[in-house]
Amino acid sequence: MTHPLSGATAIVGLGITPQGRVYGNTPLGFAVDAVQLALADAGLERGDLDGLLLNPGLAWADMGMGSFQLQQAMGLRDLRLSATMHLGGLLLNPGLAWADMGMGSFQLQQAMGLRDLRLSATMHLGGATACAMIQHAAQAIAAGLCTTVACVFSDAPLKPPKPEGERSSSGSAYGFVRGWEAAYGYFGVNAMYALVARRHMHRYGTTQDHLGAVAVAQRRWANLSPAAQMHEQPLTLEDYHRSRWIVEPFHLFDCCLVSNGGLAVIVTGRERAREARKPPVYIRGMAQGHLGGDPSDTLSSGAVLSREPAFRMAGLTLRDVDVVELYDCYTFTVLVTLEDYGFCPKGEGGPFAAEHVTGPGGRLAVNTGGGQLSSFYMWGMTPVSEGVIQVRGEGGRRQAAKHDVALVSGNGGVLSTHSTLILAREPS
Amino acid sequence: MTAAYTKPLPQVTREMAPFWEAARRHQLVVQRCRGCGAHRFPARDLCSRCLSREAEWAPVSGRGAVFSYAVMHQVYHPGFAAEVPYAVVVIELEEGARLVSNLVGCPVGAIAIGMPVEAVFEDVTPEVTLPKFRPRARR
Repeated sequence: MTHPLSGATAIVGLGITPQGRVYGNTPLGFAVDAVQLALADAGLERGDLDGLLLNPGLAWADMGMGSFQLQQAMGLRDLRLSATMHLGGLLLNPGLAWADMGMGSFQLQQAMGLRDLRLSATMHLGGATACAMIQHAAQAIAAGLCTTVACVFSDAPLKPPKPEGERSSSGSAYGFVRGWEAAYGYFGVNAMYALVARRHMHRYGTTQDHLGAVAVAQRRWANLSPAAQMHEQPLTLEDYHRSRWIVEPFHLFDCCLVSNGGLAVIVTGRERAREARKPPVYIRGMAQGHLGGDPSDTLSSGAVLSREPAFRMAGLTLRDVDVVELYDCYTFTVLVTLEDYGFCPKGEGGPFAAEHVTGPGGRLAVNTGGGQLSSFYMWGMTPVSEGVIQVRGEGGRRQAAKHDVALVSGNGGVLSTHSTLILAREPS
Repeated sequence: MTAAYTKPLPQVTREMAPFWEAARRHQLVVQRCRGCGAHRFPARDLCSRCLSREAEWAPVSGRGAVFSYAVMHQVYHPGFAAEVPYAVVVIELEEGARLVSNLVGCPVGAIAIGMPVEAVFEDVTPEVTLPKFRPRARR
């Protein structure tokens, strides 16, 4: 029996602002731009929206009210679904974040004077939030609670270069200090992931070459994508090894980019999707998986939990997947996620990547826009957007020949949260 | 100490105060659950194994092994500017708890997972002592 959610909704609009070292716009401005681009892409008007889900990045001034700010900025009326889907506390000073974010959707309701809500949620899923927002939108639409929802991410953590030529550090945008650990020089999410990656190397024999293979494969995809920040910069394995260390075992090119910009998708029901300007990208399967425990022990993403229900809902198997868009905060995350979806046995993500199967011309098209390592970092919206582009067949030189089904993942925290979307050209 | 200590000092929260007080006495303590006996670090209100809220601070041997490590090359705080690259290590104590720390007397290139270590104590200011670890002979 077909799952009632499978194919009931589709992504019909995609809006991507200029990405990367783009200055002179605010996070709110990027969000507005992204929604307008997505509406135009869908052939829809602003007044068609009755739902708005926002995942604000770090540079938003008031994150508890982000979706309301965006609603006001765009003059949207009569929304039936509105929520600010927060990033996890992991990337923030928890003292600042938790007080404001714990009941964010309730704060939003009160601040907006909303009455008799039938759906309210505050999501703290880090990089898994993008796919989770789309899941939330699809569920609400399929249940008849609303019809057309914009799901938005934007951020502007990068500041313009100083006039005197002083380097502005992108690394510091995501650097933070956590309590007593700073006394030992333990700073930043790079180090948190590095400790887990080192365990994976120890337990499974993953090597620096394996990590480098992911960086090289994704850069080759980015070299085919004019929108990628690293489009014009080729990368060899030798270049990778020569690049500076950030936190061993991570070189510079093991770590994702930092980007200013906005990205929105429009989700609507199957009927309306048929009338859209562009081919609908149907949401065939969805699931989440959050393992808990110490990622240094599990060495797994939540894909081990989410893969089975997502594919069951979609009525598809791993063999049906034509393109794979995995959340890639680090090269390491890609190896682990490939393992956990079952593209290779557990622990063999490294050798698998080193066979050069995931780059252009390989037998498994992974992160075909260059991913967050080489195209741009819109948190989980980067893999979502590339999944939409590929299923539509709009990938240009990087377009996969067969593009009926795309697997998209989100990952937040340190392998802490996970979300899966299965996107398809046909609703069933 | 000849020069002023320039690295960040630990934030001593109410929950973690017994750890830092013991460190000043050159003693390593971690929380032990009164419900199931599991050792844990840092301090928590609740045992995630048995859900007991009862815990005590228990002295531990200070012996353990390197569980993982990361070599920091970026300067996030000026106090570490002269030290990069330096290693942040996770030590798994014989009693089971894991601590983020640093190794002393061990070059970065010599660190390996599984390396046996023992606690040492650095009196970095008159008020603050940092437990760290050094390699020890395997028994």
